[in-house]
Amino acid sequence: MSKKTLVIAAAAMVIVSGAAQARDQIRIVGSSTVYPFSTTVAEQFGKTTPFKTPIVESTGSGGGLKLFCAGIGDRHPDISNASRRIKASEVARCAKNGIDDIVEVKVGYDGIVIANSRKAERFKLTLKDIFLALAKDVPAGEGKLQPNPYTTWKQVNAALPATRIEVLGPPPTSGTRDAFVELAMEGGCKSFPWIKALKKADKGSYKALCHAIREDGAYIEAGENDNLIVQKLDANPRALGIFGYSFLDQNTDKVQGSTIGGEAPTFENIADGRYPVSRPLFFYVKKAHIDTIPGIREYMAEFASEKAWGRDGYLADKGLIPMSDAERADWNAKVSALVNLTM
Amino acid sequence: MEARLKNRHRAERRFRLFGGLAIFTSLIFLGALFAIIIQTGAGAFKQTRIALDMHLSPADFNAGQAVEGDWLERADYQAMIKRALRQAFPELRSRREKRSLYRMVSSGAAFQLRKKLRGDPGLIGTDFRIWVLASDDADMVFKGAVPRDAPVAHRRLDDRQMSVLEALEDTGRLRSQFNWTFFSAGDSREPELAGIAGAALGSLFSVLVCLALAFPLGVMTAVYLEEFAPKNRWTGFIEVNISNLAAVPSIVFGLLGLAMFLNIFGLPRSAPLVGGMVLALMTLPTIIIASRAAIKSVPPSVREAAFALGASPVQAVFHHILPLAMPGVLTGTIIGTAQALGETAPLLMIGMVAFVVDLPTNILDPATALPVQVFLWADSPERAFQERTAAAILVLLVFTCLMNLTAALLRKKYELKW
Repeated sequence: MSKKTLVIAAAAMVIVSGAAQARDQIRIVGSSTVYPFSTTVAEQFGKTTPFKTPIVESTGSGGGLKLFCAGIGDRHPDISNASRRIKASEVARCAKNGIDDIVEVKVGYDGIVIANSRKAERFKLTLKDIFLALAKDVPAGEGKLQPNPYTTWKQVNAALPATRIEVLGPPPTSGTRDAFVELAMEGGCKSFPWIKALKKADKGSYKALCHAIREDGAYIEAGENDNLIVQKLDANPRALGIFGYSFLDQNTDKVQGSTIGGEAPTFENIADGRYPVSRPLFFYVKKAHIDTIPGIREYMAEFASEKAWGRDGYLADKGLIPMSDAERADWNAKVSALVNLTM
Repeated sequence: MEARLKNRHRAERRFRLFGGLAIFTSLIFLGALFAIIIQTGAGAFKQTRIALDMHLSPADFNAGQAVEGDWLERADYQAMIKRALRQAFPELRSRREKRSLYRMVSSGAAFQLRKKLRGDPGLIGTDFRIWVLASDDADMVFKGAVPRDAPVAHRRLDDRQMSVLEALEDTGRLRSQFNWTFFSAGDSREPELAGIAGAALGSLFSVLVCLALAFPLGVMTAVYLEEFAPKNRWTGFIEVNISNLAAVPSIVFGLLGLAMFLNIFGLPRSAPLVGGMVLALMTLPTIIIASRAAIKSVPPSVREAAFALGASPVQAVFHHILPLAMPGVLTGTIIGTAQALGETAPLLMIGMVAFVVDLPTNILDPATALPVQVFLWADSPERAFQERTAAAILVLLVFTCLMNLTAALLRKKYELKW
């Protein structure tokens, strides 16, 4: 009976694979923001080289680096994607597990957009508007705070429409949220001179003030799925949504990006750095694996080639915002020389 | 007396009405769900293709140095596709124009051409026509998923690409055909190249491993507990815990799988073997509980008759009771497995939520599962993945329905009336 043989086979496998066989396929973990780009490169790499197509897992930046730093050997991933830079604590964790040599590769930028339905008027925001509309506490005069009293955009800035503040955004576990808080919220927060002064005096309370998002229902945590936010915006023209640029790029018939400080979230504006809310994307490679797992060097070269991450490369089609020519040349040199990460 | 009788009749009718309404409401919800999924997913079973007239000369294949053997492998097919496109639209000259022209066809076109030539190298030097995959953006417009008359800022294809599309359509070089790729390919980042075969195989392997482990273990446990185990505090304790296990959230089994199977046993990540083992843990309580109920429902007279004819307890169980209980046992097993087929949470922990292009060939190859594929596609920005998500849900539903139908048929066929 085949069932019986299957049971025996399964049991035999358990025993045999205790002595792990050598892996011949690259394993990548990490950020869900880098996932679409990383998988595109992996697929091209698999089709155009004799190596197997790498396996890419979408675990989030933090989860990915945790797996990455767990140790050296077949059982641990070779590469981790991240939508933020690796933290000192993570480098220390890596070092504790014997991973001293890490190669850092910056791949490009991702813009974070605040968009609404095409059925409504386009919003013209500033970082200060965003902070005042979404912060938990807002300044009430020099050195004083009050719980956020604003309920409509008009109260925040007389030039904005008199609609209720209703923003759909990612939950705290998301890298998009981290970047949004750091770039948009903190950017608006710093526009108050006394808060900027506070940064030097008391970093803790500065962060607590600038990074706290209101919890009274004006900011709605809409989950990690950006497609869902786009659909909800389409159904509710009064709401705004926060998500990655690639989702705006793919849904231009449904949603429009608000301008921030007069700059629209377009490919050119994000690439030039004029649009203020964009973040760099990275991947990290374990140097000790480069010579034991076949293809890592070639995968890195594919990622760092002009046809992938260049201005007209296939990653740009997928929504990645490329680095400037000088920056790309610089990182490409670092990739071929396998330069170690320095914090 | 009369009035009370009337009241009771009215209560009776009211209850029936409510019951009917409840069923009606759930049917409406179910119908709406199916309608939306089918409406969204139907497009994915069609794929737009573009005809290209090719003329390849032997010179295309020995650029650089003459290489023996794999010259068919190494040729620059992308360049040949681009040349054919340029020849079809000679009026597009500038770099920008050409670039937008190239984007009309899928990046998979070059591989289609390679496959065709490998099958028939005699085509080199002749004129032939090949139907290549259209890019997802062109596909969405041709299918009508994106309106054609939208202002240019609202769509992915610019005016030039729209006129190319119309020119192709007018000359009969654009057609829609059944999307075989969807059923034969693994995952891809290009919607037009993505398929569910990899995920379906991963699910199949996982479910087989799950069955192979959970079925014998579950049935043996049920037989022992029901027929042989002494009724004491210990067995009571075990029974309570089996019921508890049935109510544990599935992600917990994933964590257990990560800690036990991956970290202690050192089994490979993302393998259907581990997926199946984790799902088996989840399915076990369902099988045990269903099997025990089935065994309990076999009348004691059968057992006593067997004993009276001199059968040993083991003979009584295996020759008489278990065969009679089999329909119930199988129903429980199939329902438990159908449940396992739809799980994603435990698979996340053991690395089966991953981008896997190559089709798995055995239970140790990295793979994903059908519900995971649905999750990954639902999260992709490309518009064309939305219909593929719905289509994958349809396939998963068909699988689950088939399994449940088998359970119903088995029950019908072997059911005995006492």
